Amino acid sequence: MMAVSSSRSSLMWVVHITVFILVVMWTVPTAGLFISSIRDKDQLSVSGWWTALSVSEQRLVARSEHPDKQVFSSDGRYEIRGNILEHQDSSITKFGSSSLRPDEFDVGVVAQLKGGKTLQVLENGDYIYSSPEQWKGKRGKRIFYTANIPPRFTLDNYREVLTSEGLAKSFINSLAVTIPATIIPILMAAFAAYALAWMKFPGRALIIAAVVGLLVVPLQMSLIPLLKTYNLIGEFFGVGSKGYIGIWLAHTGFGLPLAIYLLRNYIAGLPGEIIESARVDGANDFEIFSKIILPLSFPALASFAIFQFLWVWNDLLIAMVFLGNNEEQLVLTGRLRELLGSRGGNWEILTASAFVTIIIPLCVFFGLQRYLVRGLLSGSVK
Amino acid sequence: MEQLVSALLIMIIGVLACAAYFYASNWLLDVLFPSKNKPADIVAKNIHITNTVRPWLFIGPALIALTFYLIYPVIESIRLSFLGRAGEEFVGFDNYAWLFSSDTFYQSFKNNMLWLIVVPTASTFFGLIIATMTDKIWWGNIAKSLIFMPMAISFIGASVIWKFIYDFRSGDDAQIGLLNAIVVFFGGEPQAWITVPFWNNLFLMIILIWIQTGFAMVILSAALRGIPSETIEAAVLDGANSIQIFFKIMVPQIWGTIAVVWTTITILVLKVFDIVLAMTNGQWGTQVLANEMFDWMFRGGGDFGRGAVVAIVIMVLVIPIMVWNIKDVNKEMEGR
Repeated sequence: MMAVSSSRSSLMWVVHITVFILVVMWTVPTAGLFISSIRDKDQLSVSGWWTALSVSEQRLVARSEHPDKQVFSSDGRYEIRGNILEHQDSSITKFGSSSLRPDEFDVGVVAQLKGGKTLQVLENGDYIYSSPEQWKGKRGKRIFYTANIPPRFTLDNYREVLTSEGLAKSFINSLAVTIPATIIPILMAAFAAYALAWMKFPGRALIIAAVVGLLVVPLQMSLIPLLKTYNLIGEFFGVGSKGYIGIWLAHTGFGLPLAIYLLRNYIAGLPGEIIESARVDGANDFEIFSKIILPLSFPALASFAIFQFLWVWNDLLIAMVFLGNNEEQLVLTGRLRELLGSRGGNWEILTASAFVTIIIPLCVFFGLQRYLVRGLLSGSVK
Repeated sequence: MEQLVSALLIMIIGVLACAAYFYASNWLLDVLFPSKNKPADIVAKNIHITNTVRPWLFIGPALIALTFYLIYPVIESIRLSFLGRAGEEFVGFDNYAWLFSSDTFYQSFKNNMLWLIVVPTASTFFGLIIATMTDKIWWGNIAKSLIFMPMAISFIGASVIWKFIYDFRSGDDAQIGLLNAIVVFFGGEPQAWITVPFWNNLFLMIILIWIQTGFAMVILSAALRGIPSETIEAAVLDGANSIQIFFKIMVPQIWGTIAVVWTTITILVLKVFDIVLAMTNGQWGTQVLANEMFDWMFRGGGDFGRGAVVAIVIMVLVIPIMVWNIKDVNKEMEGR
């Protein structure tokens, strides 16, 4: 008996550890993105995000004050004084005056340079550059130093992407696309689903079969014909072919099969006695639908709403085809793709932008996970 | 601010217009054919009329949208595949001939097949393992929630996340991409992973597996809970170990659900586009059908004929699943 229980508990340990490793593997990528997005951009570009909390050693270069500021000291030398550190929390360990040997001297020593010049740099960044002759030149002298820089977190990256990279605008565009493109198909599908579930009319079975067939039709089939038609309609009315109404309706069309399918399954499962008794009381189908079915279907409507919201918010393809590429119409996914092309190496921009694009879906996800799971299950398990 | 107001306004108008249609059309129907305060024979006739018309008022907008956005484009795409660049002159089977002689198509097709084999298999496999194991531990729900999370992230967002992991710095610079940092830590040579032929396909697939495993897990987890506990208890009494119970008792009982998960991910994989576009745009041998189709749609003003042909290939690959689904639903309807 002992043997059985100990092998059992060791098996449980294996399960705990395996699941833990899997969870780490699945969350680390997103965590890395988030941590990177709030790091100082100079640190981000030279060290991995996993070192974000440790003091980093960086080799940097600064310029001394302008020669105009030199003073003639009591011992007959010309001196330039100042501080080279941008942030006072760093500490200098080594310094040098030439790019070939940037860490030639330890901090604090008075370095003897050629021509009788001396340079002293203290740990807190204060320096004295001194020379027997007057300083000339238009710019300050370069000072190379190695500094220990404590971890630094900032929201500057977010401030930058939201303003100068135009993400705030795209955020509003995404909302303007997503909210109607979620509500309109739900309305249409709810009415259609009720009709398919509880009203009698010729061709009902055929329509249901068609909806199921259309569930899997790839979007790619629709793009070219719709692009052509949109262009024709735009020309005919003398307006641009790319606009909000066009993309709302496109998302509506593409979302409808799943919406009708899910809602019909749900509405068909509601108890028929309620509907019958309402009919006997003289209610027509519109009243039955709006007063009885709609409130009862709330869970199914919420499930689909979440699906459609995530799908529209996260969509890139339809937005690229049916919306323009300009400031006024670029949605978040499209903007992120542009930034990938134009700011490919600037990870502080990319990580912050990516996080802005995924924050709303993540909130929806964690807030309404229950409905999402329920929707997934009703769509897939029969 | 101004933009926010105008966006808000246009949203409200859009939604209200849709709601107004349903309300107004039904109101009109009831006014034209009233069923109250009229002689009995007129009421009977009016009720008959409203009962005939109303289903079409309900289903009409949906039918029109489905026809315009899905049914008509399928037919039009087939027609366009026989036409030239601009979709005007008839070129017969030229586009199809081009397709079968095109190296890029061959490569996209091969890559798509690779995606079709690897992604559904890996996602379902991991989903099943995680679903089984998380059911046994007290913090299983938290674990599931975290593994499910990538489901909410857009493909393009996920691409940025993973591009950062695959990031490569040449020379002696410290690697800031996690993968290369790990490789360097173990004494390996850092690489620009997404440019390594063949293997880069797998690096792109990992992104989709990362997203889809949560989906497979959620559905399979529900199916596993639906397994009657007597069957497992009986197996335990007969002395079966955990592995045997898993493969011989549990998996066979949820086979149907596994198939559903598999086909759902398969359909998704056939349409994979954003990831390839964002990571490589089809360079270094990673092209897939959906991206190639998009490419032809806009390249040099667009070649609608060739684009349509590639779309049709994707459609043909989906048809078996479509037929299977429709048969399934018809069977279910007959049972009612």
